[in-house]
Amino acid sequence: MENYLSLFETYDVPAAFWVNIQLSFWAAIFALVIGTVLALFRISPIPSLQWFGAAYVNIFRNTPLTIILAFGFLGLFSVMQVSLAGDLNASLFRIAIVGLALYHAAFVCEAIRSGVNTVPLGQAEAARAIGLGFLPAARLVILPQAFRGAIAPLGNVLIALIKNSTVAAAGSVATESSSLMKTMIEFRSDLVIPIFLTFALGFVILVIPIGLLTTWASRKLAVAR
Amino acid sequence: MNKHFGELHVLRDINLDVARGEVVVVIGPSGSGKSTLCRAINRLETIDDGQIMIDGEVLPAEGKALAKLRADVGMVFQSFNLFAHKSILENVTLGPIKVKGMKGGEAKELAMSLLKRVGVDNQAQKLPAQLSGGQQQRVAIARALAMKPKVMLFDEPTSALDPEMINEVLDSMVALAKEGMTMIVVTHEMGFARKAADRVVFMADGQIMEEATPESFFTNPQSDRAKDFLGKILSH
Ligand SMILES: Nc1ncnc2c1ncn2[C@@H]1O[C@H](COP(=O)(O)OP(=O)(O)O)[C@@H](O)[C@H]1O
Ligand SMILES: [Mg+2]
Repeated sequence: MENYLSLFETYDVPAAFWVNIQLSFWAAIFALVIGTVLALFRISPIPSLQWFGAAYVNIFRNTPLTIILAFGFLGLFSVMQVSLAGDLNASLFRIAIVGLALYHAAFVCEAIRSGVNTVPLGQAEAARAIGLGFLPAARLVILPQAFRGAIAPLGNVLIALIKNSTVAAAGSVATESSSLMKTMIEFRSDLVIPIFLTFALGFVILVIPIGLLTTWASRKLAVAR
Repeated sequence: MNKHFGELHVLRDINLDVARGEVVVVIGPSGSGKSTLCRAINRLETIDDGQIMIDGEVLPAEGKALAKLRADVGMVFQSFNLFAHKSILENVTLGPIKVKGMKGGEAKELAMSLLKRVGVDNQAQKLPAQLSGGQQQRVAIARALAMKPKVMLFDEPTSALDPEMINEVLDSMVALAKEGMTMIVVTHEMGFARKAADRVVFMADGQIMEEATPESFFTNPQSDRAKDFLGKILSH
C-alpha cells in the first residue's frame, strides 16, 4: 500500500489526466463545429457540398486515428514544418487537438445526421413555406430539434473522444495519461497491475458522468411531438 | 403545368386560374394529385413544364427570389407541422421576424391578434404538443396569415382531426373566406364547399375533370368519374 501511494508522490497522475481533459475539451469544441458544418453540407440541396460531406466522413471515419495523428506529427510537423505555436510542446499539443477534432468531426456529423432523421420532413416544409431559405430553416427549425435528438449519440462521440485522446501519445504528447502510465510501468514493474487499474479507473470516473448526463439530458430535452 | 413522379404522370395539363378573393375547393379521389398540385403551387415540388404565376409574377425555380415569393403563399398542412420546439407565439412570430425583418414587439402584437382571431390566444405560451389537433391547426392558420399572404393553400386541413374538432377549424376558414382571402382548399367537407366556395374543381388521375359552382357540382355532376366519386362519399 505504501509502495502504491508513493507512486503519486513521484508521478503527477492528476496532471496527466488534466492534459487529456484539455485535449478532449478543445478537440470536442472544434469537432462539434466542423461536424455541424459537415452535417449541413450533407443535408444541403447542393450536390457538390453533399459530395464533399460524404467524402470527408467516409475518409476520416475509416482511417485509424493513429494514422491521422502520426501524419499530423510526422508529416505536417516534422517534414512539412507546419507549426501551430512558437514552442515545440505547444505545437505538438495543438496538432493533437486538430487531429482529434478532424477525426471525431466525422462521427459528430453522423450523430447530427441521425438527429436530423428524428425531425419530421413536415418541419422543413413548413419552414420553407413561410419563406425561410435553407440556412435559416436549418438554423432556426431543423438543427435545434436535430441536436436534441442527437444528444445521446453525441455523448457517445464525446466518450470515444476522451478515451481516444490517449492516442495523442502516438504523436509525442508525452505528458498525457497513457504516456505517463507507460513510464510508470517501466520504472515500477512491481506495481504493473495497480498502475493499470489506476488509469482505467481514472477514465471510468471521467466518462461515467458524461454517459449519465447525456442520458438525462436527452430525456429532459426531447422534443414533444 | 405538367409533373411526373418517374413514370407516373401525376399532374396532366393542369390549367387553373384563381381570381383575387376567390375560394376554390379541390376535390377528388385519393391519389388524384391534389396534394401535389398544392405543393407545386409554392414549389415544395418542382414541375416539369408550365409556370405558376402569383399576382402577375412567375414563381422562380429557386434561391432567394423563390423564398420571397413563397412567403406570399400561405400553406396549411394536413399534419399541422407546427415547429415542435417553439412556443405557439414563437411559431407565429418566426416568419415575420426572420423573413420580413419585423421588430419583436410588433411581431408579437400581430401574432397575438391573429391567435385571438382563431381563438387560441390563451395558449400562446404553450408548446404545440400541449394543444389539441384542432387548436394546432388553427395556430397553423395564424402562422400562415402572419406572413400576410396573397393566397392561402389548405391541403386536407381537417382530415387528421377528430370529428368534434373539425368545425372549429372550418369556422376559422369560413371566416377567412368571408374576409376576402384568396383560397385554394383541398377538402371533402361539402359543408365548407357549400358555405364558402365560389368554385369546385374536381380532379381525377392528375387531370381537372370538371369545374362548377358547389351547388351545381354536388347536385348535378357532369362526368362519370365525378358521379361515381360523389356516390361513394355520399353513401357514408
Ligand atoms: N414524392 C413522391 N414520389 C413518388 N410518387 C408520389 C410522391 N408524392 C405523391 N406521389 C404519388 O402521386 C400521386 C398523387 O399523390 P397526391 O398528390 O398525394 O394525391 P392526393 O393528394 O390527391 O391524394 C399518388 O399516386 C402518389 O402515390
Ligand atoms: Mg393528399
